[in-house]
Amino acid sequence: MLEFPRWKYALILVVLVLAALYALPNAYQKNPSVQITPSTSEARIDEALKTRVEGLLTAAGVTSVGTEIDENHLLVRLHDSDAQTLASDTLRPELGENYSVALNLASTVPDWLSNMGARPMSLGLDLQGGVHFVMQVDQAAALQKRVEGYADGIRTVLRDARIGYSSVERRNDNSIGVVLTEGADVNAARTQISTSLASASGQAVGGSGPQITTEGNRITVRLSPGEISRIASDAVEQNRTVISNRINAIGVAEPVLQRQGEDRLVIQLPGLQDTAEAKRLIGATATLEFRAVTGDENQAAAAVASGNIPADSRIYYNDAGAPLLLSRRILVSGDQLINANPQTDAQTGTPAVGITLNSAGGKRMLDHTLQNVGQRLGIVYVERIPTVRMVDGEEVRSSRSVERVISSSTIRGVFGREFQTTGLSREESTDLASQLKAGALAAPMDFVEERVVGPSLGAENVERGLTAVLYAFFFTLIFFMFYYRMFGIVTCLALILNLLIVVAVMSLFGATMSLPGFAGLALSIGLSVDANVLINERIREELRAGMPPKAAIVTGYEKASDTIFDSNLTGIIAGVALYAFGTGPLQGFAVTLVIGITASMFTAIVVSRALVTLIYAPRKKLKSLAI
Amino acid sequence: MKIFPLTLVPSGTRIDFMRLRHVWVAMFLLLFVGSFAVVGLKGFNFALDFTGGTAVNVRFDKPVGVDDVRERLENAGISNAQVQTFGSGNDLLIRVRGDETQVSVDGNTQLAQDVLAAASSEANPGRILSTESIGAQVSGDLRKNAIYAAIFVLVGFLLYISVRFEWKFAVVASVTTLFDVMVVAAMFSLTGREFDLTVMAGLLSVMGFSINDTIVVFDRVRENFRGVRAEPLEIFNRSINQTLSRTIITSLVFFLSVLALFLYGGGSLEGLALTQMMGAVVGTLSSIFIACPLLTYGVLRVTKQDLLPKAKDEAALSRRP
Repeated sequence: MLEFPRWKYALILVVLVLAALYALPNAYQKNPSVQITPSTSEARIDEALKTRVEGLLTAAGVTSVGTEIDENHLLVRLHDSDAQTLASDTLRPELGENYSVALNLASTVPDWLSNMGARPMSLGLDLQGGVHFVMQVDQAAALQKRVEGYADGIRTVLRDARIGYSSVERRNDNSIGVVLTEGADVNAARTQISTSLASASGQAVGGSGPQITTEGNRITVRLSPGEISRIASDAVEQNRTVISNRINAIGVAEPVLQRQGEDRLVIQLPGLQDTAEAKRLIGATATLEFRAVTGDENQAAAAVASGNIPADSRIYYNDAGAPLLLSRRILVSGDQLINANPQTDAQTGTPAVGITLNSAGGKRMLDHTLQNVGQRLGIVYVERIPTVRMVDGEEVRSSRSVERVISSSTIRGVFGREFQTTGLSREESTDLASQLKAGALAAPMDFVEERVVGPSLGAENVERGLTAVLYAFFFTLIFFMFYYRMFGIVTCLALILNLLIVVAVMSLFGATMSLPGFAGLALSIGLSVDANVLINERIREELRAGMPPKAAIVTGYEKASDTIFDSNLTGIIAGVALYAFGTGPLQGFAVTLVIGITASMFTAIVVSRALVTLIYAPRKKLKSLAI
Repeated sequence: MKIFPLTLVPSGTRIDFMRLRHVWVAMFLLLFVGSFAVVGLKGFNFALDFTGGTAVNVRFDKPVGVDDVRERLENAGISNAQVQTFGSGNDLLIRVRGDETQVSVDGNTQLAQDVLAAASSEANPGRILSTESIGAQVSGDLRKNAIYAAIFVLVGFLLYISVRFEWKFAVVASVTTLFDVMVVAAMFSLTGREFDLTVMAGLLSVMGFSINDTIVVFDRVRENFRGVRAEPLEIFNRSINQTLSRTIITSLVFFLSVLALFLYGGGSLEGLALTQMMGAVVGTLSSIFIACPLLTYGVLRVTKQDLLPKAKDEAALSRRP
């Protein structure tokens, strides 16, 4: 009667071994280390570099645990975080621009373990210190830019189809208003606009296209809500790549860069403390626009003086403060720029900046230069500066843009994707190249959340979390051993396996441990107790009712299992809700809770029953149970 | 006969919980309405996560006075700051609340430095342990998600219990759960403790714990309805008594493990642990005194017919001795 299938014992054994193996990596302490990665194509990771780094460290009086070469980086392991800081401060200036030097925590897990895919849980920022940012795309600005682009396309198709128009303009509500000249064919214009927009707005990909309404000789184009949200989403995706490059330039090991929702990016930089520096590098929310020059400095000065600015142009100012007339139409914008680097012009030997555009930008540039050799081309640098104003004694934060012309050189020949811009000093060309690279965000972004956790606080949090979990565990074990005696010991063993499974599963799936995660762990201990109490109490009840011990065990387990199932599944529902609607730390909490509950169903129903069977089944004459 | 050396709750209790059921239900209604009133009128002391703004966690060399620091901040022109001790007596949490229009958090680093400069004195310098800054829109989204999560949980409970039990049980279990959460929330509101993300997590897991407790009792009610010939009131009483020791032991152990979290987890987990502890007490009481009595009123009155084994259960029933 009291028996248990062999295969279940085998299953438990397998689970036990796997859980122990995959939980094991967490027991290995990590070495503070410095990671050196090549940042340019000339830089090499080889024995020579290793010898050089070791020499530099010895000279600075830093003793390392060891230096090793991995696939693409050099890792210097150190004894403590002070040595780590000293080492990175020594190496950074010496190695120069070619290498990025990042602080890291190197795993000490032996190879045979990591070869099996076993790895320690990664620690959240609240446990190791670092910077957490959330950035949000300025939806209004991204939208405005895209609508300007559409208006531009409409002007072109109308011109090409020889349909007369007096104005095509973006209105403040981000619709486009087209006014045709008297007698123009409204229907033909409508068809032209709709075909030009269908391809531009990606209507074919399944989105609903813009809504076009006509009224007399006026046509209004409105974007669909779906498209408006997709514009923001596209911008986030493009910016993600740019920001990822910028993070690599800072040299942070194991950064996190994730999209959150429709228009946000989450950035986590472990080990970094200087927020101002990080924000400056990541959030340089500058962008770049190429526009045709429609009037030189003299004409612009005259236009400013008379206040009579041509309809298709705008006044811009250069570094020296001189005005210049540029086309309203953006030829190529910063998000179409792929690369920029300082060069020397092969023909004249003068400094230049080599610029590479993507194919769409290249095509527009080609079309423009075909028709405009000898004309000037202006590069406008647009920077976003956050401002704080005091309104009625309260701080109001917003941002303003500063636009200035950084270059306005003459187009000397037809070019497309790759071209040079010359006429700059050596210094200016280096600056321009770096500005171009840094300013290539598709749409401006704002920091909407920022958390900095000091490394000492992180270490403290780990210690507190561990202490709390251990005490929670300790309280529970002591109580069970005294209260349920032999069955209490069985329960304790089941609980220990439970904890092991949770740790193993979390490590296996690369979950991040955070402070609320510890809380989840303590809670899941508390909740998994419930299953065991249900079983033990049920067995006591059956014994009281006069059932023989072995039968009482079987009935107790069977009757309790249903209840455990129902009550735990509802707990999982709560966990899933927390995960679905929570962010960061809440999700960590939810994950631990759900894994904990699931594991406890297994340990309470299967494992503890196996143990009890093992203990009591061989006894032929069982008169009483130690429960 | 005493066969178990240790028992917290005497075996074979026959407490007539249902006799005073009108009293329990009246108290329940009073508390329920009261909780809504408290939460509605007093509201919560929302933390940064929900309001937006900047918080700086400063550690001083020596213990500092909250009022003292508040005054120094005031003098430095940081007027709307909230100062509270956090963790040990040397740690202070200083919050400067954002306003609704604040979207971006730029300039936060400077603000943190200003706060540090104003709060420290030469005799007792401080250093920044952590800073947090959150824009209004992010926190607005969070509030929305919190409400969605609670609704999702309740609907999930309703569906699951309706399928596994019966709709009356589902309604009562969900109402009891809502009651538990509201009472805990009201206590939180009354004490004026800071309501942050972890407290929200705490409240949602109170829902999990509370429903767990109620379901164990209901499960026994269902079993007894099917297996025992007796009046509903007698069945309720018997079910509560039978599960009483389990309910109390589970809650006690749960309470102990959360107490460890409260005592050793440090300042940032205190709120979470506190909601759990209150939830353990309220949830236990409500599953003993309120869940079953509610099943005797009006449309919620449960009869034997409601729980007559459905066709698929008949096979299982016939196997019973």
